[in-house]
Amino acid sequence: MTEAALECLLFIAGEPVPLADLARALQCEEAEAEAALRSLQVSLAERGSGLQLLRIAGGWQLATRPEYAEVIARLLTRGGSKLSRAALETLAIIAYRQPITAPEMEAVRGVSVGGVLKTLIERRLITEAGRRATLGRPMQYVTTADFLHYFGIAELAQMPPLEADTPPPPPVPADVVTDGRPIRADEETVSPDSPQTAKPSPNENDSE
Amino acid sequence: MNALTPDPPESPAVRPLPASVPMFHIPNFEGPLDLLLHLIRAHEVEISDIPIAEITQQYLAYMEMWEALDLTIAGEYVVIAATLIEIKSRMLLPQAPASAGEESEEDDPRAELVARLREYQAYQGTVEMLRAWEEMRRQLFFRGALENADDYILPVPAGEAHVDQLYQALHRLLSEAGVEDKPVTSVTPRRRLSLRMKMAEILRRLTAVGPEGVPFEALFTLPCPRYDIVLTFLALLELLRMLRVRAEQTKMLGAIQVTLIPELQEAQPV
Repeated sequence: MTEAALECLLFIAGEPVPLADLARALQCEEAEAEAALRSLQVSLAERGSGLQLLRIAGGWQLATRPEYAEVIARLLTRGGSKLSRAALETLAIIAYRQPITAPEMEAVRGVSVGGVLKTLIERRLITEAGRRATLGRPMQYVTTADFLHYFGIAELAQMPPLEADTPPPPPVPADVVTDGRPIRADEETVSPDSPQTAKPSPNENDSE
Repeated sequence: MNALTPDPPESPAVRPLPASVPMFHIPNFEGPLDLLLHLIRAHEVEISDIPIAEITQQYLAYMEMWEALDLTIAGEYVVIAATLIEIKSRMLLPQAPASAGEESEEDDPRAELVARLREYQAYQGTVEMLRAWEEMRRQLFFRGALENADDYILPVPAGEAHVDQLYQALHRLLSEAGVEDKPVTSVTPRRRLSLRMKMAEILRRLTAVGPEGVPFEALFTLPCPRYDIVLTFLALLELLRMLRVRAEQTKMLGAIQVTLIPELQEAQPV
């Protein structure tokens, strides 16, 4: 019953809905809402739905399952190109060092970032966050909720600590899969042991 | 591994080329640090132990190749080239005998460059991670925001109020103000109120109420002409931009509270 109500809410929202909002709509405690979300997550998988429930960009949202990407691509033409290497490099720096100014990014990258910043702002992956009270009052930049959504993660804490010498292991945006709790299901694409490893932070009661 | 190690500068292959030559594959570097890392990787040495003479030579060979191909070379490449040459020349100088007791590591002329390379390299792992995440995420599709968004307004996230939220609040006010129906032909007299005056008025008000501030809506005295609403809103945005006031929303759909930022109070008069 709560599950069905949740399904409605998530269907109409069209964007990640924070747990607090869902709980308010359901008139229940957040813990209760979260339990219902988990059980909806499981039952979607059990009934072999084409949809899955994800914790992404600070909220909960319904998404298609990755194995149907090909079918969807045959119906719809995909818009939006992938990000360039320069854009990813700049985003990586901003993600770890925000709020950060353009000269600071340039010091790391060794090249100017003006054009890249414009692209990233247009794509709403970063935003201006006020000027720093230093000489020249340079503009500072931070990543947005759209940044989290674009990379399929729920919060910045999911990014592994920046390693100096060894590149991080091949990552799995944990919440894209199951948010840590194993879904017992007939999923081919998901390896059951993948989630927890890449995550530095516990996921149960954060972000709220 | 080394996709394209350029020929040494004196090789005939890098002469200026006739226009009809076939396309070359030129590795695309994100900048001088990227090129340096590429060269170091090709040498299979530690970053801390750059064979500066060889790396410098190859680095310069790349630049000469680009020049030969008539590509413009970004200034950043020249800066690092100069740095490399400087390091190289400093390493050729004999060590001062006085520092014999200390480890020569202390003033390795490469240290600063090594630190920069390390930092740059640290982000390369992140780049690969983001690229993988991007790829995975692109396999998923979401419903867009509703087509018939007029049916209701989605809640705004809690926390510090963003321009978007202020904009929504403005819309709410404008729609309330719109209730007072006027004939289409009505004349709106030009008001003498200016943005500057409005800003001063808001500041006076916020100073008067003290630290708790006033709710966003209270800044508008409804009903009033749209002109006043827009002006008040613009004044508020300007004050926010100047960091004279702060707008906060403590809970979802809650009132936006506008407060004075005290420490800047004595800044330029409005």
